[in-house]
This record gives sequence, C-alpha cells and structure tokens, in this order.
Amino acid sequence: MSRSLDRRSFLARSALLGCSLAASPLVTPVSFAATPGENRLVLIILRGGMDGLDVLRPYGDPAYGALRGDPGLGAPDGAVDLDGYFALHPALRPLMPLWRQGQLGFAHAVSTPYRDKRSHFDGQDMLEAGIGDMSGGLSRDGWLNRVLQHLPGAQAQTAYAIGRDRMAVLGGPAPVQRWSPNADLALSPQAIKLAGLIMQEDPLFDAAFRQAMEIADSDGDAVALSGSNNEMHSEMMTTLRGGDAGKTTTEQRVAEFAGKQLRADTRIASFSINGWDTHERQDAGLPRALARLSEAILTLRDTVKGSVWNKTTVVAVTEFGRTVRLNGSGGSDHGTGGLMVLAGGALRGGRVMGDWPGLDEASLFERRDLMPTRDLRALLGWLLHSQFGLRVSTLETSVFPDLDMGGNPDLTL
Amino acid sequence: MPFDPQLAEIRFGCGLSPVVAPPASVAQMMDRLRGPDTIGARFPIETFQTFEARIAAVQIQHKLRRENRGTPEGDAARKASQVMNQEARIAHVGWFGQHLNRWVATDAPLRERLCAFWADHFTATGKAGLMRRATSPYMQTAIRPHLTAPFEQMLRAAVLHPLMIHYLDQERSVGPNSKQAARGGKLTGLNENLAREVMELHTLGVNGPYTQGDVRELAELLTGVAIGPPMRLKFRKDRTEPGPETVLGQSYGGDNPHLRDVHAVLRDLARHPATARHLAQKLAVHFTSDTPDPALVATLEARYLETDGDLGEVTTALLEHPAAWEPTLRNVKPAFHFIGSALRALAVPPAALNGMDEKTMRQRILTPMTQMGHLWQKPDGPDGLPEDDAAWIAPQSIAARLQWAITIPQILLTDIPDPRDFVTAALGDRVPPAVQFAADAAESRADGVGLILASPAFQRS
Repeated sequence: MSRSLDRRSFLARSALLGCSLAASPLVTPVSFAATPGENRLVLIILRGGMDGLDVLRPYGDPAYGALRGDPGLGAPDGAVDLDGYFALHPALRPLMPLWRQGQLGFAHAVSTPYRDKRSHFDGQDMLEAGIGDMSGGLSRDGWLNRVLQHLPGAQAQTAYAIGRDRMAVLGGPAPVQRWSPNADLALSPQAIKLAGLIMQEDPLFDAAFRQAMEIADSDGDAVALSGSNNEMHSEMMTTLRGGDAGKTTTEQRVAEFAGKQLRADTRIASFSINGWDTHERQDAGLPRALARLSEAILTLRDTVKGSVWNKTTVVAVTEFGRTVRLNGSGGSDHGTGGLMVLAGGALRGGRVMGDWPGLDEASLFERRDLMPTRDLRALLGWLLHSQFGLRVSTLETSVFPDLDMGGNPDLTL
Repeated sequence: MPFDPQLAEIRFGCGLSPVVAPPASVAQMMDRLRGPDTIGARFPIETFQTFEARIAAVQIQHKLRRENRGTPEGDAARKASQVMNQEARIAHVGWFGQHLNRWVATDAPLRERLCAFWADHFTATGKAGLMRRATSPYMQTAIRPHLTAPFEQMLRAAVLHPLMIHYLDQERSVGPNSKQAARGGKLTGLNENLAREVMELHTLGVNGPYTQGDVRELAELLTGVAIGPPMRLKFRKDRTEPGPETVLGQSYGGDNPHLRDVHAVLRDLARHPATARHLAQKLAVHFTSDTPDPALVATLEARYLETDGDLGEVTTALLEHPAAWEPTLRNVKPAFHFIGSALRALAVPPAALNGMDEKTMRQRILTPMTQMGHLWQKPDGPDGLPEDDAAWIAPQSIAARLQWAITIPQILLTDIPDPRDFVTAALGDRVPPAVQFAADAAESRADGVGLILASPAFQRS
C-alpha cells in the first residue's frame, strides 16, 4: 500500500465492494485442505458431574425407590419409560424422537479410572488426559489430540474446539482450530476493510485475519455492522455475554457453529456444557442443564442435516457421577459411576448399554456411589475404532495408554 | 546493532508511552531494574504473608462450621467464609488491575517484563478455595524480589512455595517407607509431579540429561516438603523416605533428613550446564524471536555459567548483545502484554482501572483476554503460556484483539486521542504506510485508535 492512496479514493473503491466481506478482494476465502474420511465425532464434556441416576432413572432396580423416591412415570409430562427398567428424565423428552429412530443411546455405570478424591479439577483432568494415572504429573496433551496425531491427513481444520472453555481434551501438539461464537466480530464495514489492509504487511497476521473473517462470516450473523459506536459496543457485550438471550442460547450458537464446520471439512468437534454440579435443589437445576444438552444435540442434528448426520456420532461424558442418596438440601454430592449419553445418525442406539451393578448397599462403591462397571474410555475407544479406523493396539497404547478395551459394543451402524 | 531507546521500550519494556520517557541506555535500564520497586509500592499487590492471613481466617470459620453444623453459629460461620471468599475474588481482580497499572505507568518496565516471564516459568495456581486467588501474592513474594538474584534463589523461593507445593501435588507425596506410610491412611506413596517439573520445566529442560530414575530419586528426596497450617512450607520428617537419594549421580540426604538436602539439590540443579542452556534459550526466545540468534543464546549461557546463574548478569548480557537491537520485530506480544502495552500507549489513568468493579473488569478486559487465548492465572498446565507466535495469532485471538482494540479504549478514556497523533505515540518511528493510511482514513477516532493497536506493527515486539 502506498501513501498516495488517499481517503477519498479508498472510500470510493470500498463503496463499490458492497458490504459483504466475502466479496471483498481484501479478504479472499480460505480453502480448507482435504480431510480424512467422512465420519464425524462430536465430544461434549458435561462439566460439574452429571447425576446419571436422575437423568436415566433405574426404576427397575429394587433399591431405587428407597434412594430416590418416585421415578415420576405417572404424569403426562413426567419421566419416560425406555425399556421397562430405565426411565428418562422429563427434561430430555425432546430427544424421544431420536430414541425411537435408534439415534439416542446411553451407557450406564461408566467412569474414568478416577477414584476417591472426587475433585472436579482432577476428575476433568483425567477425563481429558485420557490416562489412568495422574501421579506422574499433569498430561501435556488431551486424548482427542492424540487421536489427531494418528489420523492420516489431519489438518488444523479437522478438529475444532468450540466455545470459551479451553478444552484440554484437544490440547497438544497436533494443530486444532479454536473458535468461540462469543468472539464474533462486530465492527463497521470500513473498519474491517482497513483492518484487512493493515494486516497485509505481515503474513502471519494476514493469514489469521483472513481465516477469522471467513469463520466469522460463516456463523450465521453478518460480521459487519453499520451503526454507531454505541451499537457496536452493545453488540460486543451481547456477544461476550453469550449471545442475544431472546434469540438463541450459547449452546445453540455453539452447536450450530459446530454443525456448520462438520458439514464442511471438520471431522471432530468438542465443546462443554456446564451446570451439572447439583449440590442442592437438583429438581430445579438439573432440568436446566438437560435442556441445554438436548438443545445442543437437536441443533447439531438440524444443522448438519441428513447425510452428514448419518455419519455423525455425538458423545457426552462427565468427570464423575453423583452419590446415590440425595443430600439434605435436595441435591447430590460428588460420586463415581456415571452416565454417558450418545446420539447421532451413525449410532446403533435405542438401547441402554452397560453392566448394571445394582443399587443395594453392598453393590455400591464405598457404600455411597454407583459402582462403575466399565471404563468410559473403552467405549470411546471402540467409537474411535469404528468412526476413524484407529487400530485397537493404537488406542490401547497411545490414545488411552494401558487401557484394556474389552469387548466391542458395536456402537455404530 | 546499536541501542535504540524506542526499541528498548517495545522489545524489553511495556511499549511506548506518551508520558514516560524511554530509557537512555542499557545501564539506565539495569539501574532502574536493580533500584527500588517504586511502581510496586505505588500500585501494591498483597504479599503471600498477608494472603496467608486470609487463609487462616477462612480456616477458622471452616472449623467453626464443622463443629456447629446445623446451628446458628454454624450458619454464621458458613456465611462468614463465603464473604471472605468473595472478598478474595474481588481482590484478585483488583490485583489484575494493579498489574496493568504498573505496566501503564512504570519507568522501569523491564521489571514488569521479567516478572511476567519468570512467573510464567514458575507457573503455579491454586486448585480450590481461596488458593485460586493466590497467584499474584505468590508472584509478589517468590518471583518479583529475585529478578536480579542468583537463579537458585528464585528456584528455591518458587519450588518450595506453598502455592507450588499445592499446585504440583507435593502435599500428597509421601515416602513409601516413611513413618507416615507405615501408619496407613490415604497418603502412602510418592507423587512425582513436582520432582518431574523441577527438572523438566524449571531447571534442566525436557531434553536435559535426566532419567525417570532421577525423577524418582528427586521425588524421594522431596518427600519431606509439605504444607503446614495455615499455608506455609513445612518440612515433615515423618513423610521422608529413609536413606540417601542419588540425583544426576550425586548423593543427597541420609540418616537425618533435613530441608537443607533439598536446598542442596536445587542449588546443583540451578548451576547445571543444561539449566544454563535451557534458560538462555528460553530468555532469548521470549525477548527476541522464536528462532533466536545462536550467538545470543551462547552468550547468555556462558554468562550464566560464569556467574553461577546470576540473573542480573544474564539480563545485562541480553541487553548488551548486538542481536538484542536487531531492528526487525520478530515476536508477537502475548495477550496480557498486548493489552498492557495498549493501555500504556493510551496512558489510561490509574483511576480508570482502580475504579472498575469486578464485573466491569471481567467484561472489559478479562473476558476479552480469555478470547485472546489467555485465561488469567488459570494456566492449562505447569508449562505456562505458549512462546510460539502462531499460538497467539490464531483466527479467534486476532479477531478478539481487533474487536477489543476498537471497542474498549473509547470506554476507558473520556478523551480518546486523535488517531493521527496516536499513531506516533503508539508506534514511534515505526509507522507502516498502511497503518498511517488507516489512521487517516478511519471513520471514527475509536476505529482509528483500534486499528493502530490491532496492527501487526503494534502487536509485535
């Protein structure tokens, strides 16, 4: 850019470009590289410790009633009986069409190898590191990053960490893409054009900025705003708070963004849903968290659509389950065995998997928690095996070191 | 390449300021670094000793609560500890503002840069309760006083600090043959976390000449290192693994375990040639380029070895080396540096940050900084923040920087500067034509100022 370009001629040229940034020669679309395979995996981390016993109520277990009371099957908008033994929490009713199509499933009484201390911090570290022993220190990479390291042809766009959480599960040496819909740009069209101009002097900045524009423009709301600074500021604050509350929730925005990327070149997407640490008044708090989970799954399905949905598996995991008994404030405390939620067009669902340990006191872990009967990493391993063709030997040594995956549960079609 | 005052501010300082003059020489930079910490006194941050009193107070309330569960006294204690937690949370955000105020106003900016560098080298954070707010007091106590001291002094202060002991699980490490292990209970074995990170991150470096056997022996030697109430280093003999340990071929400890055994191994690790190489490389990368001049690294390494790791001497060697003054800016400012230097270029008055309540500080600075890739004092791991430029200039973070630069300065300042003046205040003699053009052509002052701050010329150092 030379100094001879003056403001007037710049603006005159800009006006011809219109407001669509995609049409601007300053910001050409980025072409994403070819990606490995056609199958997709979405990993949702439910941070806080989801109470699996309330989400999928084992009312057929003789000890259930004494621990948790009436499973709520009677009411028209109450829990839904799935198979004569387990009943689904009413807040997940919107997912029932998926269940009937075999696109929703569960694995009960699963956990990571994490035991005893029941700390969110350590539990999530272990869940995301995918290793069975953290006594040697914190892991430097997450298991999903190690998957990428074994995925031939993986590019940065192959995997997306979405949202504000750092998603340690994707952290590590293999490049991944990160984006939070809350980082959306709200700037005047001219500021965006000028920004494109100043970034050109530096290749590192130029490439990142072009890609930012590409992503921001593709997430459903226009990048450029025309308006006053006040409007811009309020838009930024709205964006930072997690979107326009009246229109969409953060989960919807995140899931929609994930869906759009999966429709293109992304094969692995991961994000978090928080709010599961229901120490009190669980009957009020848990439905809100479940509504977010159900919204996220349905938004994903509606965004990726038909043929891509049929190649997609969504898996939601949590760092631990909760105590089998409710505490004195109508909540539950940190426990051990938990629940995995699976969805997707590629899933062989419509079933509750797992080796049910029973809820009688002698069957509990430390007489207080649901006894885990399977390492959740084994199910994730089989999922990765069928979705991405990773060998069992690779999974049991590199992705989840020292794991014995056991029998194949045939998770996908 | 000769000394250049503007480059000194950009590469080794907190950025150009319209009100603070750049340094006149390397000698002056070092004098100010070695002199009294006037900016620290002007914008105080709690020491860890003071912070420990907060912990002690909360512990009393927890005890009262345990002893009086379900009674009005128990409820009062619960409420009191909640209030203390909230106060610490607010103080934590206030200290963040103080860190920024120091960046904006200091005439010894090298101190802030080195403090950030070494605090990251010795990354530590709390994992629960009040300790989550402890990082700034830890920096104030374990890092900041030792910036020109022998490295072994800082190593000892950081590694044996209760926050580090807590962060890297040393409090859970017990000699398998110790008295404590013989008594049974939950803690009966080693936790190698701290021992590993001391060698891998703090001293020798990941490619250093140590084995898993050395990690284990060091872990055994560290077994007495624990935390005593309220929150301080306590050497617990009942946890120590009996007998001497051999680390890197050298024997430490023996029949009468003592903290001085730990001091001895830390001193030897600090003076190890691999540590000199590791730290020389890391300093050169941090201050000059991801691929630094090998001659610069060699000089730093040699000075380190000659002076037994005197950090003042090593820093002087860095500033005296011609490669330090190579005019092309090859590094990218990490997120905190970017924000701090932007506020300095804007000369944001202290009241603007001090007067900000917690929520506003989060909205205007902490949350955008998270979008830029830096979750303040919540590191991904003990290896701290990335040095790699590309890690900071990813699509999301560049968008966040641009958005912040255009949106936030105008609400921090009552009078936002004219971009045509600001372009020189922020960039000095290094104004690229495209940035000059943007400063002249922007539709509003806010746009112009933001574009200057978002320019690669400003974001590099």
